Amino acid sequence: MVQHCGGRMGGGLLGNANLLIYEHTGERPVTAGEEDQQVPDSIDAPEIFDILFLHLTHLIHSINDMEHPLMLEELNVVEQVRVQVSDPDSTVAVPFTPTIPHCSMATLIGLSIKVKLLCCLPQYSAFHICPSHLVNKQLADKERVAAALENTHLLEVVNQCLSACS
Amino acid sequence: MKDSLVLLGRVPAHPDSRCWFLAWNPAGTLLASCGGDRRIRIWGTEGDTWVCKSVLSEGHQRTVRKVAWSPCGNYLASASFDATTCIWKKNQDDFECVTTLEGHENEVKSVAWAPSGNLLATCSRDKSVWVWEVDEEDEYECVSVLNSHTQDVKHVVWHPSQELLASASYDDTVKLYREEEDDWVCFATLEGHESTVWSLAFDPSGQRLASCSDDRTVRIWRQYLPGNEQGVACSGSDPTWKCICTLSGFHSRTIYDVAWCQLTGALATACGDDAIRVFEEDPSSDPQQPTFSLTAHLRQAHSQDVNCVAWNPKEPGLLASCSDDGEVAFWKYHRPEGP
Repeated sequence: MVQHCGGRMGGGLLGNANLLIYEHTGERPVTAGEEDQQVPDSIDAPEIFDILFLHLTHLIHSINDMEHPLMLEELNVVEQVRVQVSDPDSTVAVPFTPTIPHCSMATLIGLSIKVKLLCCLPQYSAFHICPSHLVNKQLADKERVAAALENTHLLEVVNQCLSACS
Repeated sequence: MKDSLVLLGRVPAHPDSRCWFLAWNPAGTLLASCGGDRRIRIWGTEGDTWVCKSVLSEGHQRTVRKVAWSPCGNYLASASFDATTCIWKKNQDDFECVTTLEGHENEVKSVAWAPSGNLLATCSRDKSVWVWEVDEEDEYECVSVLNSHTQDVKHVVWHPSQELLASASYDDTVKLYREEEDDWVCFATLEGHESTVWSLAFDPSGQRLASCSDDRTVRIWRQYLPGNEQGVACSGSDPTWKCICTLSGFHSRTIYDVAWCQLTGALATACGDDAIRVFEEDPSSDPQQPTFSLTAHLRQAHSQDVNCVAWNPKEPGLLASCSDDGEVAFWKYHRPEGP
């Protein structure tokens, strides 16, 4: 399900960036350990950034040798990941802006960020996607997604994301 | 409307995969299907049932997205995500790949033969449309590369009687091309759809073109020649194509295919809501502003998205459909009796 989010997250600041918003469900059971140690319940922006940076670095290097040999900097995705955590709203916003939105990698990057964070943020299981129209349109085009996933190299990488969570 | 589309049978054409497209041969005796399993299957009847006559499995490395029969019925072209187009020659029940057309940079989305049999068109995610000429020795040569679209080109179709080509794209437009001197040019861009245009179909006369889209509408476009009675302005000697009808509010998801029956004029659609619909033009409506009525709406025609609908070219009312569920279904359409 896709919902519009612009105003709430200060859409103006983020401009046309793609946006994945993770919402705290508030249903996660509190463990004994957490009760004792006062471990913070919420995740902070630097932690999320680290998770994503490592993940995207791996992803991009893995797909680097297929049809377009792109460098991390050219793709410019990682540089533009500016994570925002909003405690009052209990939401995490992850903007990402692939500089080549029409290639199949943009679809994969969007999907893999979604999958990775869903796995790493179990307490934030509800999410809203407010991607740029360009990426949203690709993700909604089943022919484009089928063709991108058919590239076995990319499929391996997505499967790695999924298996890392299990 | 309940009984206007009756199921004749189903076949598991591409098991554990999706079936993307169907094409009847010109004689209407064979149906080619293609899918995500990289195979093409040829179906024919034995008595009352549809059986698989041939499997073409060595041609492509990836999904076969579309297939098209030559006007003579002796050749089949297949367009694949592996960026190639195969030309298969039919020898009774055997098909042999005689040529592989290369050149597109990535997935080929569609292939179509011109009615003359001498021209072939292909299109791709690389945003281009290619026109190929074939000579008497079955040699293929690319005669034009058209880069008019700004995005992935989803479908190409030839006019039934003129050497006129139409293409549909992820850029939300339809483009029309004709030959000018020694090259092909885009002479018209049809704008109006609000999202990807997935497929196209000309009416039997070639005067009108139907397009279907991710915006959940079907649009009907009409050709106006220079000097037309209606006073529609034309630029130079090129015709103008105007949208004369929009079918909206009927489909709840992306419309992947539209098929215009060359025998009866009925319009069928394949939709992402798993349904097949048929529309007929109201006989008393103004040709410049026609109205179409929904005469069949079959929900759950398949258990998943319907990707293609194809009218049999010889038997009126015989319709084939295929789906993401991997199945091909055969239907008999009867125009419902009026009240």
